[in-house]
Amino acid sequence: MNPAVLALEDGTVFEGSSFGAPVERTGEVVFNTAITGYQEVFTDPSYSGQIVVLTYPQIGNYGANEGDNEAAKPHIEGLVVREFSPLSSNWRADETAQEFLTKSGVPVISEIDTRGLVRHLRSRGVMRGVLSAKATPEERIDAKELVERARQAPSMAGLDLATRVSTPKSYAWDAGVIRCSPSDLEGPASPIRHHVVAYDFGIKRNILRRLVHSGCRVTVVPANTSADDVLALKPEGVFLSNGPGDPEPLTSQAAEVRKLIGKKPVFGICLGHQVLGLALGGRTYKLKFGHRGSNHPVINKITNKVEITSHNHGFAVDPDSLNVNELEITHLNLNDDTLEGFRHRNYPVFCVQYHPEAAPGPHDSHYLFGDFVKLMDEAGSH
Amino acid sequence: MIVGSGPIIIGQACEFDYSGAQACKALRGDGYEVVLINSNPATIMTDPDMADRTYVEPLSVAYAEEVIRRERPDALLSTVGGQTGLNLAIALAEAGVLEKYGVELIGAKVDSIKKAEDRLLFKDAMKKIGLDLPQSQLVNSVEKGLEYAARIGYPIILRPSFTMGGTGGGIAYNREEAEEILERGIDLSPVHEVLVEESVLGWKEFELEVMRDQADNAIIVCSIENFDPMGVHTGDSITVAPVQTLTDREYQMMRDAALACLREIGVDTGGSNVQFAIDPKTGRMVIVEMNPRVSRSSALASKATGFPIAKIAAKLAVGYRLDEIKNDITRLTPACFEPTIDYVVAKIPRWQFEKFPGAEPVLGTQMKSVGEVMAIGRTFKHALGKGMRSLETGKADGAVKYQEDLIEARLITPNPDRLGYIRFAFEKGYTEQQVHEMTSVDPWFLRQVREMVDLEKSMAALSLSSATREQFLQAKRDGISDNFLARAWQVPALDVRARRKSLGVTAVFNRVDTCSAEFESFTPYLYSSYESECEANVSTRKKVMILGSGPNRIGQGIEFDYCCCHASFALQEFGVESIMVNCNPETVSTDYDTSDRLYFEPLTLEEVLNICDTEKPDGVIVQFGGQTPLTLALPLKAAGIPIIGTDPSNIDLAEDRKLFGKLLDDLKIPSPANGTATSPEEACVVARSLGFPVLVRPSYVLGGRAMVIAYDEETVRRYMQEAVSFSQSRPVLIDRFLEDATEVDVDAIADSTGAVLIAGIMEHIEEAGVHSGDSSCVLPPTSLSEETLATIRTYTESLARALKVIGLMNVQYAVKNGTVYVLEVNPRASRTVPYVSKATGVAIPRIAVGVMLGKTIADLTDARGVLSVPQYFVKSPVFPFNKFPGVDPTLGPEMRSTGEVMGVGENFGEAFAKAQLSAGTPLPDKGTVFISVNDRDKPIAVALAKRFEDLGFEVTATRGTAEAIRAAGLPVKTVFKVNEGRPNAVDLLKAGSLDLIIYTGTSGAHAFVDEKAIRKNAVTYRVPCITTMSGARASVEAIVSRRRDPVRVWSLQEIHGAKVVAKSS
Repeated sequence: MNPAVLALEDGTVFEGSSFGAPVERTGEVVFNTAITGYQEVFTDPSYSGQIVVLTYPQIGNYGANEGDNEAAKPHIEGLVVREFSPLSSNWRADETAQEFLTKSGVPVISEIDTRGLVRHLRSRGVMRGVLSAKATPEERIDAKELVERARQAPSMAGLDLATRVSTPKSYAWDAGVIRCSPSDLEGPASPIRHHVVAYDFGIKRNILRRLVHSGCRVTVVPANTSADDVLALKPEGVFLSNGPGDPEPLTSQAAEVRKLIGKKPVFGICLGHQVLGLALGGRTYKLKFGHRGSNHPVINKITNKVEITSHNHGFAVDPDSLNVNELEITHLNLNDDTLEGFRHRNYPVFCVQYHPEAAPGPHDSHYLFGDFVKLMDEAGSH
Repeated sequence: MIVGSGPIIIGQACEFDYSGAQACKALRGDGYEVVLINSNPATIMTDPDMADRTYVEPLSVAYAEEVIRRERPDALLSTVGGQTGLNLAIALAEAGVLEKYGVELIGAKVDSIKKAEDRLLFKDAMKKIGLDLPQSQLVNSVEKGLEYAARIGYPIILRPSFTMGGTGGGIAYNREEAEEILERGIDLSPVHEVLVEESVLGWKEFELEVMRDQADNAIIVCSIENFDPMGVHTGDSITVAPVQTLTDREYQMMRDAALACLREIGVDTGGSNVQFAIDPKTGRMVIVEMNPRVSRSSALASKATGFPIAKIAAKLAVGYRLDEIKNDITRLTPACFEPTIDYVVAKIPRWQFEKFPGAEPVLGTQMKSVGEVMAIGRTFKHALGKGMRSLETGKADGAVKYQEDLIEARLITPNPDRLGYIRFAFEKGYTEQQVHEMTSVDPWFLRQVREMVDLEKSMAALSLSSATREQFLQAKRDGISDNFLARAWQVPALDVRARRKSLGVTAVFNRVDTCSAEFESFTPYLYSSYESECEANVSTRKKVMILGSGPNRIGQGIEFDYCCCHASFALQEFGVESIMVNCNPETVSTDYDTSDRLYFEPLTLEEVLNICDTEKPDGVIVQFGGQTPLTLALPLKAAGIPIIGTDPSNIDLAEDRKLFGKLLDDLKIPSPANGTATSPEEACVVARSLGFPVLVRPSYVLGGRAMVIAYDEETVRRYMQEAVSFSQSRPVLIDRFLEDATEVDVDAIADSTGAVLIAGIMEHIEEAGVHSGDSSCVLPPTSLSEETLATIRTYTESLARALKVIGLMNVQYAVKNGTVYVLEVNPRASRTVPYVSKATGVAIPRIAVGVMLGKTIADLTDARGVLSVPQYFVKSPVFPFNKFPGVDPTLGPEMRSTGEVMGVGENFGEAFAKAQLSAGTPLPDKGTVFISVNDRDKPIAVALAKRFEDLGFEVTATRGTAEAIRAAGLPVKTVFKVNEGRPNAVDLLKAGSLDLIIYTGTSGAHAFVDEKAIRKNAVTYRVPCITTMSGARASVEAIVSRRRDPVRVWSLQEIHGAKVVAKSS
């Protein structure tokens, strides 16, 4: 077993075993508390620039399969786990999780006290780190040097990663949700009746699949597409995707989005929600250790029902920065009262901070895609 | 009003004490007045301070109605008392009682319960929402069942409707087996229906614990994956939380299905569990069943996640929303979330087939385990390793012998030893693929087990001095015990411990926090690991650690958990921090709310010492948890751990025949002549010199394990050969057996000044020879003379002083011809402590803890001498014979009951009648009594026949007995014995012509075919069968009372009035 080291900017060092690609990567070290869905986490572009710690200790058990990819390749910089399974046991598996990560060049450190690490991150906040897995068993890894490098890595705050992971050119998406088993309860797809242009800030495939499933033909456009170019595509609705990094640098995107408000129904998820917040005059801020997991209770203030939701965000929109005359808060996180969703009082514009498309996570919020379609229906009938 | 679950039986154990107690606490905490009915006195929930009104009364419509009539509750909570609670709620609703008194049924509505429990309605409901099920059909006759089976093909699964723990069900691989199971199942089902179902044997099995509130907020509390695939009852399966081998897509598909199921069934407020099977080849998922109530799995899920399902279910039932309830552990976040865990939990069942000779030790759809352990580890391997050693199988280390030629058979047919055989197969070079083909266990689990076996092998090849820090660390992280290494290296386990500690390999403790460390945990609910930091965060308060009783087993069950919980309450009352150590997920003691600190750990020397290293307790209590902690007492003392209460060496003295014999001689207290032996020959010599019959037993036993009454040498010799595997290198005890003696149990407390308080003198209803745990007994004694009682008091006091008892003591006496003999002294809490506490209104363990902390009895209570008992209280045992077809349900020195009930009355007959009703063997009011007794019992049989005659019963008897009765001038019908011709007694029994059986066998070691046939069929056909004359006499009293006394009930609070010592908080 090759050695691997995770060094944090505050000097904390964890020594473990290497399970993935024999490389060294730098990133912001964050943790995700979901028990299932590691492959979706690996491939979620929102994790770009981040080394992900999974709190569930047994990872890799069910391998990897093509259907669970949220992007063409993994986007995490590195993976930190307590125990990694070299064997995959699931009928859906195409390969082992280890093969999947190794071939994509993602390093893995295993056999470390991930709970200790998470407690550290929880109390100190997320921080930069270096995951080094390139040494052979005979070589010594200079942890001090890694710590130094972690300190020199760019901070996540102020970093525009969205335009980096966005598609270089627009493309059409028409694949819907595929049932994962003969017993999948997923209902039949709605017939296609709307055209949606989706801004790709790092879009997850399951958002696209769910849009298609709800009756949308989707054109995915690069993050720097202008409002005029979007409108030229004659969409019936505009979607703002999730994505990595700090929303603050996305000033031009916010400005373009501003132009779309009132013209077309707009739906934003995660980074898309933050961009909408910025576009509507709000501010964003960095959370101490973010929300990453599949178990966050979010209350829908309109229906007064609680949804168990999937989260992945390190930044949030400050609700106090929003103009309450113009915007209505629709969703709040019950754990810490962070803003999870709002809508425009006058225009068909709404967004959520969390991930209604799930993947991974509960399906409680799938209805939001239906809401988007309804807005487009209404807009069309006017 | 809350309905409890009654006595502990297989499939319904103390998890419902946990859920009921939680519900009581939650609702009272919310300002509700709580009325409780439960027939089980051994529970914490029936403590007088858990509810406002506590009725230890039969869970029958008549008695429950009487409670309702008196108390006029606004609502009835049906979902925390197991299947029993649910069934009683339905019965009350159907009898119109709830309507009559305006009681609202909360938790689950009648329609929902029916939809979930009625196979056909359930099937329709699931189809409606698009859920897949195994093909199935309900049948009400054997013919129809066979016809359908032929259509879908064997194997088939058979499930009788409305029975608990799968009673009466099974898997049939062919027509012959199908016929047998159908016949039994149709009979046992209260609605005489059996579901014939497509086999999904070998599929992966899962369970989700689900909760929903009235606003339709729904969450999954915990997911569970079974190590044992479909085909083994989930109660008999090794199960793991959370799921290990499902992708998120599949998991969410299952989550959607579970929520859809809950909504369709209509569980509006509360918890449910939903079981699924997945075809490992195609991913096809079928729903197996759902329970619209708190279940065994929800207790497990609560302990596995730190999310208290029952408590929250109770709050939801009275109208709270999930988001209005706080998460106790994180305090800041709401209970409306899905717990996420960063460790692995393994549950392993505990079986006791050895108690039921004749029962085949194989596992199927009917639950057979009597208890379970849970273990928490950072990884599956660590959890499984801990779980295996939590089981305390009692077999000396290394004594389990696996046979290579049995590997395939033991892998193919599920059985209690299967995990052991899987490990053995790997040791012998079987591949994962081969083992998978034979067991269908998921390859991921098998890889884990194989890695453990491989690591054990490589560790064994090292030595104490050669193993490096890294190697030790790896071994400990993967769950290998110090004991294993010690055995492999042939060094003392404590040397292994010392060595690894010197290398810096020490256990630390992590918290169960519901959130994988995302938020701070305020609840010290801990498990050990070999990670990098310790979260125990110990206090500097004065603290005492209580060692619990481990997995439930026959002879060591909920009674000891009751004592441990009370010890904890008492410590808190006396201002001492209480620390609980236990590994049984079903119990109240492992509720994080019970003690100041909870360590969910195996009760092994290694783990307990690890905790002591961290906590440094001021005292450790070993006398409340039954045998489990007692076996640790001496080694703990030797390791310098302060044991409080009776000194472990004195506990040991009471077990040492020679020393104890000398002590009795010195005190001039008679005991049956006795001796000890270590070999079969020696045993025969001793037995001959004592004279037969003799009682042979190993030292250090609980629940009379491996105990026999031998009437001849052959039995002694055979016993000695078998006993070896259970021996802990201690000799076997041989006592002269006193036939026809009256047995008496005494519980007492002594303090350091030598003051003794006698808590209860219990007279057994069955004669000596029936294990005390299997005998009904009564408080106060009904037939003992003042002189005998005085002698018993004196002896008890002398024994307590001589053994320097500080705390509890139990003495068993036999009274024969006016002489009082001491049979056994146990300076520790006994099985009867909760019963005595309920009957006297005094929390006995509280006083015991007080004296252990250095107080005197006088400091703690005004009571002196013997505690008074204001009414008659009868405790009766409950047996699991219906789960073990083919086993002779006779009573003897080997304890076989799983639980107990208590009957309360103004007279003995009333209390006994209620106890029998609660125990599930109600005595008939009229009809035919069948009497067949041995010659010695004939005079009494005649007297009994007269009384039955007077009560209007018809009397039927076998030839000899009938002659005696007829000779006394009484009318009697004669019937054949089984081997005499037909129709015989068994035919009458099967035809339903007998209502009560009084049958005393020929004294002797061998039960004859006739006796066995009658007793077995009595169990099957649920006809009360009394096998002792004293029991028969008691039954007559009970029948008289049933005729004479109205249905009346008393709450413990009114019985004991101001005497109830409230637990101050």
